[in-house]
Amino acid sequence: MTRPGALNRAIVRGFSPFGGDRAARLVPQARLVGPMPWVIAIMVALTVVAAAGGLALQNMADTARAELSGGVTVQVIEAFPAARERQAGAVMEALANDAKIATYRRVPEAELDALLEPWLGVGATDATVPVPALIDVRLRGVADRAAIDDLQTRLLEIAPDARVDAQSGWLQPVFAAITSLQWLAIALVVLLALTSAAAVWLAARSALGSNRNTIEIVHLLGGTDGQIARIFQRSIGYDAVLGGVAGLAIGVAGVMVLGRQFAALGSGMMAGGGLTLPDWLMLAGIPVAGVVIAVVTARLTVLASVRRML
Amino acid sequence: MSDFDGEIVAFDNVGLRYGTDGEVLRDISFTLYPGSFYFLTGASGAGKTSLLKLLYLAQRPSRGAIRMFGSDVITLPRARLPAFRRRLGVVFQDFRLVPHLSAFDNVALPLRVSGMPESDVAKPVADMLDWVGLSHRYEARPATLSGGEQQRVAIARAVIGRPDMLVADEPTGNVDPEMALKLLRLFEALNRLGTTVVVATHDVHLLKKVPDSLIMRLDKGRLSDPTGALRYPPRAVRRESSAP
Repeated sequence: MTRPGALNRAIVRGFSPFGGDRAARLVPQARLVGPMPWVIAIMVALTVVAAAGGLALQNMADTARAELSGGVTVQVIEAFPAARERQAGAVMEALANDAKIATYRRVPEAELDALLEPWLGVGATDATVPVPALIDVRLRGVADRAAIDDLQTRLLEIAPDARVDAQSGWLQPVFAAITSLQWLAIALVVLLALTSAAAVWLAARSALGSNRNTIEIVHLLGGTDGQIARIFQRSIGYDAVLGGVAGLAIGVAGVMVLGRQFAALGSGMMAGGGLTLPDWLMLAGIPVAGVVIAVVTARLTVLASVRRML
Repeated sequence: MSDFDGEIVAFDNVGLRYGTDGEVLRDISFTLYPGSFYFLTGASGAGKTSLLKLLYLAQRPSRGAIRMFGSDVITLPRARLPAFRRRLGVVFQDFRLVPHLSAFDNVALPLRVSGMPESDVAKPVADMLDWVGLSHRYEARPATLSGGEQQRVAIARAVIGRPDMLVADEPTGNVDPEMALKLLRLFEALNRLGTTVVVATHDVHLLKKVPDSLIMRLDKGRLSDPTGALRYPPRAVRRESSAP
């Protein structure tokens, strides 16, 4: 009888990782046939759209704040046109000699008429409704409470009916709404991440159930918990990569379509909501985060399960 | 040869129960020495498979102490058990082959789990499959193999890593007498190389085929040792086990 060569060789027993394709082959791969890549693709696509929305809102608010940070409006609220003109003239002269003022411009009456026309009708201003004189002023510094109070005090000496307001104050409700929407976007991203983790958890448990026999065999042959976890990590990692790439493509396409539609509105505020290169890089990181979440969830699920074995 | 002195396995007053049922194994005490060949016999339901499960570390006893390769495996941290399992070869009664892997990959599994480089795997696996007469079925999945062929794949997988102890549960149950004898000779060859062999069988004819073997008989969960060969093994066995 010829003795098999294997019997004459000592086997090097070690703890080197049991990974790669040979480990992954232990679990039948469904790939695109299974639901997992598509679930991850949908999650990633929704996350990309939600995150892009949050980033666009952030950019929009930042741009608006930057534009309005030094902006104030001086209103001369005087019913009699002659007195109003006199006070407005005095204010313009005072602004011209003020070192803290970067630029100032009296809003022309025609512009005011156009602004009020939707509410008051054509030619209804001044003759019937006294409209304040408006002066658009840009400070050299930030238009904070102290700067506005200081300007108000100085102008009251020469124009008792002058009132100074920060332009950003008018948009405060808009900023508050944007902030709320940003929190909503963050909450959506977190919820989608949790949902993705839950989906992976379910998939891993299902895979564990259908491959219990294989796991027990590897376990009894001396496979460590880490080796068994790696089998599933790799399998779900593949699914997550496929789903992540598909989801990113779908999400980016959706963001670009939405971006074009908003850009077509032509609104000044919307123009500030465009995504920058760091924003796009952040969106590109979402599938990477998805893969990490999927792999970590799969690992923790499998480890929790196999630790119940002896 | 094993890298430890003295006994390879020692059971001391071991009992096993599943859930709240009565004990399936009671007051089991015995010692297995390196290089010995044991047959575990007993009627169906006597507890042979339960005892083997304790031997291949698939089950903890309900009471008693088990030492294996010089360590108390009851109190051993769980993370250290895989290293012990890699020193065992197991032939399961139901074969337990991975259904979607080929015969080749099933036999290669212990080597891969133990971390053997892929380039070193092919030759011993091919030799082993050749030896059990399955060189023409490398790529066959278990479902396409006959019961006897599956059993031979299971045996090849158990011995491929040249274990310190081989535990086989009815390893010849599904093969013809000629193949049964051939497999028994393989176990003997392993045994001569220092592997302790424990074969559970109800086939009394097998016992006669290995003259130097020791018999462990289970009867209703109790181990009978009428000759005292388990507690007090023949001097030759002990001397061999303690030799450098």
